[in-house]
Amino acid sequence: MVTVERGRPPGSRRGLTALDRKLIRDLWAIRGQAVAIALVMAAGIAIFVAMISTFDSLDLSLRTYYDRYRFGDVFVSLTRAPLSLVPRIEAIPGVAEVESRVVVDVTLDVPGMPDPATGRLISIPADRRPALCDLFLREGRYIEPGRPDEVLASESFARAHGLRPGNSVGAVINGRRRDLRIVGLALSPEYIYAVRHGELLPDEARFGLFWMERRALASAFQMDGAFNDLVIRLMRNASEREVTDKLDALLEADYGGMGALPRSLQPSNWFLSNKLQNLKGSGRLIPGIFLCVAAFLLNVVLSRIVLVQRPQIAAVKALGYGNAAVAAHYVKWSLAVALTGAVIGVAAGAWLGSALTRIYAQFFHFPVLLYRLDVQVAVGGVGIGAVAALAGAIGAVRRAVGLPPAEAMRPESPASFAESWPERAGLKPLLSQPARIVLRTLQRHPERVLLSVIGIALGASLLVVGNFTRDALDAMSDTLFNVAQRYDVMVTFAHPTSPAGLDEIRRLPGVIAAEPLRAVAARLTAGPLSRTVGITGVPAGARLSRVIDAGSAVVTLPADGLVLSRKLAELLGTGRGQTIRVELLEGTRAVRELPVADTVSDYIGTSAYMDLGALHRLMEEGEVLSGAYLQIDRAGEDALYRRLKATPRVAGVLPRRAAIESLENTMSDMMRRVQLVYAIFASVIAFGVVYNNARISLSERSRELATLRVIGFTRGEISTILLGELTIVTIAAVPLGLALGYGLAAFVVRLTDTEMFRLPLVIGTYSYAVSALVIVAATTVSALVVRRRLDHLDLVEVLKTRE
Amino acid sequence: MPVVFEVRGLTKVYTMGEVEVHALRGIDLDVEEGRFVVILGHSGSGKSTLLNILGGLDVPTTGRVRYRGQDLTAANERALTAFRRRRVGFVFQFYNLIPSLTARENVDLVTEISEHPLPSDEALALMGLSDRADHFPAQMSGGEQQRVAIARAIAKRPDVLLCDEPTGALDISTGVIVLEALARVNQELGTTVAVITHNASIAAMGHRVVTLVDGRIAVDHSNDVRVAPTEIRW
Repeated sequence: MVTVERGRPPGSRRGLTALDRKLIRDLWAIRGQAVAIALVMAAGIAIFVAMISTFDSLDLSLRTYYDRYRFGDVFVSLTRAPLSLVPRIEAIPGVAEVESRVVVDVTLDVPGMPDPATGRLISIPADRRPALCDLFLREGRYIEPGRPDEVLASESFARAHGLRPGNSVGAVINGRRRDLRIVGLALSPEYIYAVRHGELLPDEARFGLFWMERRALASAFQMDGAFNDLVIRLMRNASEREVTDKLDALLEADYGGMGALPRSLQPSNWFLSNKLQNLKGSGRLIPGIFLCVAAFLLNVVLSRIVLVQRPQIAAVKALGYGNAAVAAHYVKWSLAVALTGAVIGVAAGAWLGSALTRIYAQFFHFPVLLYRLDVQVAVGGVGIGAVAALAGAIGAVRRAVGLPPAEAMRPESPASFAESWPERAGLKPLLSQPARIVLRTLQRHPERVLLSVIGIALGASLLVVGNFTRDALDAMSDTLFNVAQRYDVMVTFAHPTSPAGLDEIRRLPGVIAAEPLRAVAARLTAGPLSRTVGITGVPAGARLSRVIDAGSAVVTLPADGLVLSRKLAELLGTGRGQTIRVELLEGTRAVRELPVADTVSDYIGTSAYMDLGALHRLMEEGEVLSGAYLQIDRAGEDALYRRLKATPRVAGVLPRRAAIESLENTMSDMMRRVQLVYAIFASVIAFGVVYNNARISLSERSRELATLRVIGFTRGEISTILLGELTIVTIAAVPLGLALGYGLAAFVVRLTDTEMFRLPLVIGTYSYAVSALVIVAATTVSALVVRRRLDHLDLVEVLKTRE
Repeated sequence: MPVVFEVRGLTKVYTMGEVEVHALRGIDLDVEEGRFVVILGHSGSGKSTLLNILGGLDVPTTGRVRYRGQDLTAANERALTAFRRRRVGFVFQFYNLIPSLTARENVDLVTEISEHPLPSDEALALMGLSDRADHFPAQMSGGEQQRVAIARAIAKRPDVLLCDEPTGALDISTGVIVLEALARVNQELGTTVAVITHNASIAAMGHRVVTLVDGRIAVDHSNDVRVAPTEIRW
């Protein structure tokens, strides 16, 4: 890349000015350091470009999927309505297209799986593709008319059980076991995430989707000439709110409508958009922080390197170069480093981004996968790098050229040397000569020390941010599954049941304890805002499923009123002590005004809780159950599952470990991968910072240290001086960095708070320790490099010339 | 003979930490064209300060310096840069070569921004350095480095050559070679040369010797007979 010219170039100067040649040679001379700076910048830009392009690509893939497979705009489920109602729905202003369906949940008997799974049977036309929520056929073929047992199975469920086209699954349909013959594996935009009714997280192994011919499904469930589910596409300018209001007015009273859901609240899309938002929140914020820190470090490093060249700047000025020419020289200098970093960063970011997009797409089961790196993102990353470099160079050059050349060429005045405060505090006799030099030097250049400390502290803070998500996920999982949900199995009933049902379950072999579960769908409204949720009834003294506030405090439900997730209260614009309207979507469908007794900080979903007795009174019902929480004897687990599978009233069985797995598979796994990427990049940046700091200290001090060698200090002693400085700076920087990291993590937690998922601000000792260790390791490596350089310090050379 | 520099009432006060240093305490001086002027003084006498102000590297606290009628003390940064670029060549005690550039490239630094420069190779040849043109400063002796600095200073064909202790870092034999080079520039190119030094032996080679003591001119006399640099001993 750089050739030192030997011999006379014939006539030409190769188009390079002498200053440009100085530029190239100077950069070459500090190439190790230049690369380290460029890498810091590259790491900042790479992670910025990678994360943002990844989430943009996922967004794009999702939108394209929805578009190509005609995802609906409004979704309604109801009890039963005649097909003759469809034209009236189509006539609602704003409605463009209506697909009416029959959708039924059944219990499945999957070969090789002891616990029962839930299957959702969804009607599709056999002679054409669905007009809305079309299916992507991954394998096999579409169903054929006149073959009522043929089904398409959801790919994720089939994969979880090794099912292929040609296999069959047993389903209990109206008390009779029927075999569903799988002819194809399909994906639907409606069930990118399939969340079972009443659950928060998808469970691929226990919730399968089966699309089958409408006629066969309708006749099995006495739904001939009727439907219980609608997908609606809206016209371009239609008001979603007006349409859903009209639908609710039409369907709720007479047909058992459960409330029309706009696309944003459709469970799969809600889950997905929350998850994307969550990843995107941290995926923009954390890389943004990385990039800003890298830019700041670039700025500091460049300005310090330029200042080391102060005498050269003065000499060039003395020759008649103007300030602009000198500034241009160092601007080129900085840009060369920054742009090298930026180009590496964008290239690495694009590579990493496309790899991450591929990984994520597997989690999301998108049939279409598009990777796009927005030019603006790349340009933005490069631009921030360039601006940081320019600011660093210009600031330093301005200080350097601001002095008259005569003054800049004079050695720095040693005026403000003084005894350091530890010496004045009486420690002087305890301090060796090198120790005194270390302390006095630190005190003499407080701004230099401060910049070093801040730089390294920022590196450490990135490490904390890069590591803390792991701790937060662990803490969340611990709270969720060890403090709040302590049951072994959750059983849901097909229909609300009397307490006798609970007694029956209690008597099953292997059941140690059982507590009632009651959840009622309701629409909560505060002013113009409303949300449809399940209100969970919590019995007094519940042990197996408890309401937890802020990590560990068990909440006792008040006798009256609702307890809401803090996030739900926020969404409704309400809070403790205020009254909201509760519209029951089951039973009496009563509408009541209820006070919000309290809000709780929980981590997943938006929940509403009531005392179980109060919920029964609200429903004007006796002790009715929708399910039960069981504590079981692990030894009899499989036998119990067989019994539960054979119990007609049991619609679903969810072992707690499945819920834990589900959380891990759907959320934590991905976040852990991202966390690993952050941790790696944070380490690169931290290393770069520490190394640069050491090298700059060396170049700032080499003359002084050589002088000390000349007057008789040993190599060991001068090493002690420089390494002592580095050590003190590191010791000061690490705690500051950890504290800063905590602050940044709090910031990340606050900005990634979504309806579905909220990370607790928990940073474990391990993360702090790793962060500190990386800094210490980087310091040690840098110290070794510096030590080697000090050993080879050419005394004569350093002292002979002044720069 | 036309006057190049006209100095009146020049003072300079530095603030070094908590100490005020009066480097110049009122200098009046005229320097005529084509002269070889030696400014003598012990360290701290203010001679470097005077030279830096004459060359536009520093500004006085009070007083006035005119260069061929142009008031340097009223000039702004841009004008001073233009002045340095067109009129003045500098030679420093510690050479101040750019370590990452070869001898020729150090001279190129100047020829690239001058209007009618001496070709770099010619300037180096004048200093007897043709065979060292592609060496880096670190590969040359102190005397060679100083001659590169002189070649760099004269390559722009300056009106005046200002030298700050040009032999200060050199032994006697290399010092003499450098002084010969300066004398030749003065004779052959007609360049006005000002050399500041604490070395009284050098005074014998100047047309005129100005001695500074404690920021004031103590003695100002002309040599009737100039001594050749080769005859100087210290």
